[in-house]
Amino acid sequence: MSMNIFKQEFGMRWRSVATWSAAIAAVMLVYISLFSSFAGQADQINQLMANYPKELLDAFGLNGTDLSTVMGFFGVVFLFTQVLLAIQASNYGFGLVSVEEREWTADFLMAKPVKRTSILTGKLLSAAAGLTVTNAIVWICSFGFINIFKAGRSYDTGSLVLLLGSIAVFQLFFLSVGLVVSLLVKRVRSVTPYAMGLAFGMYVLSAFGGLLGTSVIEDITPFKHFDPNYIVRHGMYDLPLVLISFGVVIVAFVASYLLYARRDIPAVS
Amino acid sequence: MNVIEVSHLTKYYGKARGIDDISFQVNEGEIFGFIGPNGAGKSTTIRLLLALIHPTAGSAAIFGKDCIRFGPEIRQEIGYLPSEVFYYDRMKVIDLLKYSASFYPKDSTARMHELAGIMELELNRRIEDLSYGNRKKVGIVQGLLHRPKLLLLDEPTSGLDPLMQRKFFQLIQDENRCGVTVFFSSHILGEVQRLCNRVAIIKEGKIIETADIRTLQKNNYKKVQLMGAKIDPSGFDLPGVSHLEHEDGAVRFFFKGDINVIMQKISSITVSDATIEEPTLEEIFIHYYE
Repeated sequence: MSMNIFKQEFGMRWRSVATWSAAIAAVMLVYISLFSSFAGQADQINQLMANYPKELLDAFGLNGTDLSTVMGFFGVVFLFTQVLLAIQASNYGFGLVSVEEREWTADFLMAKPVKRTSILTGKLLSAAAGLTVTNAIVWICSFGFINIFKAGRSYDTGSLVLLLGSIAVFQLFFLSVGLVVSLLVKRVRSVTPYAMGLAFGMYVLSAFGGLLGTSVIEDITPFKHFDPNYIVRHGMYDLPLVLISFGVVIVAFVASYLLYARRDIPAVS
Repeated sequence: MNVIEVSHLTKYYGKARGIDDISFQVNEGEIFGFIGPNGAGKSTTIRLLLALIHPTAGSAAIFGKDCIRFGPEIRQEIGYLPSEVFYYDRMKVIDLLKYSASFYPKDSTARMHELAGIMELELNRRIEDLSYGNRKKVGIVQGLLHRPKLLLLDEPTSGLDPLMQRKFFQLIQDENRCGVTVFFSSHILGEVQRLCNRVAIIKEGKIIETADIRTLQKNNYKKVQLMGAKIDPSGFDLPGVSHLEHEDGAVRFFFKGDINVIMQKISSITVSDATIEEPTLEEIFIHYYE
């Protein structure tokens, strides 16, 4: 791997990492700070929720959730966090190599004496490093904000660690799938629509897949593999499903290396 | 030794033709011109040499090694200047050049500053603030700073003002004198004639002629245009004159041969204006098909 590519890539990405991390931290702060008022009126809220249709509760990850407990409430906050993490990781995935072709800088980079695999490794590690920074921020914010706003209630640290421990693979899923899709299409004109499409698409599959009644489609989305509601209620991962995420990540990365090595770099015309 | 050895190289983009069965050699130490109109396949050929794209058929070797299999190794000794230069906009010029230099094991700092001085490049400006010509200078410096043994220049002079063009040609000739082989693609005949030892002419993806530059110059046509009310066009129906045409008191033709014959003819009549110029490349091509 080429250290210079890693440094260059990280230098170009750190602003984005900082912005995403700050935004996610802010969203978590706002939601977690609401906990004490929720907890105070938990009975009314749980009653209200019991009147909603099961499908709607499923859609927002609220089915069987007790919002009066710290982890029940945090599970919902974590779902929002997951959506943001998915958009960020997809964004980096789709943009990783396509940005060079969109802005015509690929010629510069590939005329240098480096292997394409080294270029891709440098870029991937740099994106992974950025995502890890955001991941660390989520860990810090989760523990910090929960302890500030838990309103004197206790919570199960084990479930929290399980939730946060799922972030890395969750991020890699969207990074790798974004990357491989960007290499399968001829040209990514704009990263944002692709990233939003992948992230929200996967969320919607998980949220409303139940309505369609086909569990096979649901099974491809990491929002299902790492469903916070399931993890909090069972205190463990939904094991066979989690392996699907791992499998997709591995296949997508291998395919990306193969596709990138054979890719024809388009020229300005 | 052949620095570049291209044999039956073919590239199709789907059904669209890039180049079709091209073969040629570039010898060590020569400046090889590659001329043809836009869309003829000049950039495609260079991009194949750099392994930016993969051939549909045929092969290319540089320094005796296959361009695809030994790409990273041979690119150690290649300097490339693309026709359109694009760099990471937010970077400063100096940072881009340092990044470029970081790909080569040798220390290129001194050469980098020397080149920036010659091309009058300001190192502390952001790339996004540079004019097209200044970006081109960045391209020249980054292409040369690692002292490559082979230069691939893809229409390098577009966007450079005449003064910079001259400095650039000087730079290329100096490099060449130190043993650097130059592959120079262009659609401007004049600069190719000035700089190159040999040329290949490419049209519609095929090489239609590979020739010594002196041979090409012997075939050199001049385009003559005379203005004047009383010119008798038939007076110019001389040996070496072709495409003679006249309208509204203007006479136009191409001439190949001893220019003095035409000069004497012109001085014997009354004209209001006269131009003798190089034909455009397209006009040269017309002659290649006759």
